[in-house]
Amino acid sequence: MTQAEVSIPSHATEHEHAHKAWKWYDYFTFNVDHKVIGIQYLVTSFVFYLIGGLMAVAMRTELATPDPDFIDPSLYNAFLTNHGTIMIFLWIVPAAIGGFGNFLVPLMIGARDMAFPKLNAIAYWLNPPAGLLLLGSFFFGGAQAGWTSYPPLSEITANVAQSMWILAIVLVGTSSILGSVNFIVTIIKMRVPSLKWDELPLFCWAILATSLLALCSTPVLAAGLTLLLFDINFGTSFFKPDEGGNVVMYQHLFWFYSHPAVYLMILPIFGIMSEVIPVHARKPIFGYKAIAYSSLAICVVGLFVWVHHMFTSGTPPWMRLFFTISTLIVAVPTGVKIFSWVATLWGGKIRFTSAMLFAVGLLAMFVLGGLSGVTLGTAPVDIHVHDTYYVVAHFHYVLFGGSVFGIYAGIYHWYPKMTGRMMNETLGRIHFVMTFIGTNLTFLPMHQLGLQGMPRRVAMYDPQFATVNQLCTIGAFVLAFSTVPFLINAIWSWSRGEKASGNPWNALTLEWTTDSPPMIENWEVLPVVTNGPYAYGMNGRSAPAEEEVAVSSR
Amino acid sequence: MKQIPVSLLTLTAGVAVTLISLWVGQNHGLLPEQASEQAPLVDGLFNVMMVIGTALFLVVEGALLYFLIVFRKREGDEEDGIPIEENLPLEAFWTAIPAIIVIGLGIYSVAVFQEMGGLSPGHTMMAHHSPKSTLVAQAPSNDSPIGGDVMPLLADAEGVEEGEAKYGIGAANQSSKPADLVVNVTGIQFAWLFNYPEENFMAGELHVPVGADVLLNLSAQDVIHSFWVPQFRLKQDAIPGERTELRFVATKPGTYPVVCTELCGSYHGGMRSQVVVHTPEEFGEWIEQNRVAQKDTNQTIASNPAAMTPSEFLEPYSQEMGITGDTIAQLHSHP
Repeated sequence: MTQAEVSIPSHATEHEHAHKAWKWYDYFTFNVDHKVIGIQYLVTSFVFYLIGGLMAVAMRTELATPDPDFIDPSLYNAFLTNHGTIMIFLWIVPAAIGGFGNFLVPLMIGARDMAFPKLNAIAYWLNPPAGLLLLGSFFFGGAQAGWTSYPPLSEITANVAQSMWILAIVLVGTSSILGSVNFIVTIIKMRVPSLKWDELPLFCWAILATSLLALCSTPVLAAGLTLLLFDINFGTSFFKPDEGGNVVMYQHLFWFYSHPAVYLMILPIFGIMSEVIPVHARKPIFGYKAIAYSSLAICVVGLFVWVHHMFTSGTPPWMRLFFTISTLIVAVPTGVKIFSWVATLWGGKIRFTSAMLFAVGLLAMFVLGGLSGVTLGTAPVDIHVHDTYYVVAHFHYVLFGGSVFGIYAGIYHWYPKMTGRMMNETLGRIHFVMTFIGTNLTFLPMHQLGLQGMPRRVAMYDPQFATVNQLCTIGAFVLAFSTVPFLINAIWSWSRGEKASGNPWNALTLEWTTDSPPMIENWEVLPVVTNGPYAYGMNGRSAPAEEEVAVSSR
Repeated sequence: MKQIPVSLLTLTAGVAVTLISLWVGQNHGLLPEQASEQAPLVDGLFNVMMVIGTALFLVVEGALLYFLIVFRKREGDEEDGIPIEENLPLEAFWTAIPAIIVIGLGIYSVAVFQEMGGLSPGHTMMAHHSPKSTLVAQAPSNDSPIGGDVMPLLADAEGVEEGEAKYGIGAANQSSKPADLVVNVTGIQFAWLFNYPEENFMAGELHVPVGADVLLNLSAQDVIHSFWVPQFRLKQDAIPGERTELRFVATKPGTYPVVCTELCGSYHGGMRSQVVVHTPEEFGEWIEQNRVAQKDTNQTIASNPAAMTPSEFLEPYSQEMGITGDTIAQLHSHP
């Protein structure tokens, strides 16, 4: 390892003189510190997760009986639209990319901040207004055309609310583009000189792939939605068939972004997995290069699979077949990642911390989501199950069993770094057990519902499906209550938790070489990379260094 | 990972996984009954994927559980695990196997899709030149309650259908042989209308004879709808401004649900109808009944249509065709 003497002086000296740590009120201001912004993203998005979750509970309560007897069907449609929108655009994407990405990337690469701190803060502050627009749209009935908002339905239903919905998405889309530029520049230009590409933590690889993907695809969504906004408000007819418009064109524009959006939601999570598993299994990650390059492969192939959302729409035969094949190919790099994580466990000394439990839970459920994804990728089967509960089951296994479990794993893992306090492990285990049971109880039976004939996005359904639906509803309540131990844990530990050392998990990536929480500008003197990020059991490391044990037991 | 033991135990586990997967593939019981010629084709593909999926699921979850138990941290053991970073043969193996599986599944999907008729939508144009006189044409004047409002809308929908359907599922054998029965299906918020152009009447349920080659011309009035019969394993969106079609042979007499699967508004979930698959004789009788009903109505209309209220006028239709006053009211309210 080349030794690089770096002691770049802090460039914002006034901060150093003023204070070493942020006060609580700094988190409510336009702050340019990447750590503050990361926590702002995480907390804001968790609030929206709870709001979106309440909408899901309302919908599942409605579906406990076949008749529309709990809420008005229009309100039901507003809930299903905003549940999807909030969970994607205001929870998973901002939490995984904005939250963990901002907090961790500079720390992992030995930088004092992101490349463009002000741009970073602007990107965050686009999110709260977007959320307020969505919530405010309920005063106008709420957008009711689904998170896909296909015209003509989106053009003839709740016009004001639909326009607010579009503006909200354009805001978070802009935020996403700004964030992506920042991540790409930061990762390429701001690594400490001693950090080589093949020692870059896999989370940073994942964020790099995610950012490239967001940069390519998000503008297309913005274009499609702008055309929709014009159709609704300014009399254009891009998507009005009786005036020469084409409704299928919207679907292409929408899915060109929104399929890659699936990878925006899962690639950063894959990155979190690659960080959490080696630390708690005390093993080097298995197949570093395979995992890094498979992220890029998913990102490239992922740009060419969008029509698999349109196999029953106005798509010609060649398109249905081409996109069947391209979709199936995505399974290969995804499988490589799964197998690599399972292999990482082999020969480890696995510690069943809450973070590890959620990571393992993710592995267990993502396998099922991936396999059902393969069945959905083939046109003949998709023609049968498209827009049914089978699809709902599939994407909740991937996005709840996958992304949400990954975010929880990340929170339990990095909470000590973010707050300087440990979380309570007992509450963490209760949280895990409830979430795991709730997820499977809610979403596993949905596979059967869809295959048997229940369409999605319905407030009323054939009574033959009532029993299975009640099972799902019970699961949804378990899931809702599973957030209670987590909330108690997170809030209580923030002020009362056991103090955390700089490196409580005895991990090797650079974010653990500074204090918990890290000081402003992260390090007094920038660290020098002396070992790989996952060199467990190597370089004479058979046991953790003595002083680290001493620190953590303080 | 150098010494993967190919012991008797592994072999037994392999055989067990294979047998369980094969059994699951045939007995999962997740799919509804098969009632069209396409259904067994789709199910065949699904079952193959079910076998492979079950095997992969068992192997991965099994390995995961096994590793979690065997390699758990023991009390007081603070050491790191074994430093293995890669194993090229193993990685090549688990990249190649899924790649081969998905290529195989891809080829199989293409074959199934072709056999379903997926490659030949729009190969039959004959049907659209059949007499198009529907209920519309027989309404005595534009002043009659439905003649003025509903029918021009329906006529518009058919106007779209002049061209060739570009999208959907066509004839299974890719022949340009005309279908035995053509039904024009129109989706409106929140109902399906089935127009039998050859017989000049309209119904609220789809009736088809078993074994006949049926072509559905799908169109939508207002927003996108999607026509799905789970027992047929067939689904196609009905899109405003586009012509789509579904062609199938029903193989089993019975009554099956017709479900709208594209979110189309508040009562999307209520947009359900039925397809009744008759024996040929029953179907003939059903056609006759509707013809008679049609004539009766025509006479009634001819006598004094303008003096009737909409619901009086609709009474005979609502029984025979499933079009109710509600449906018409919705049509009225729609721009």
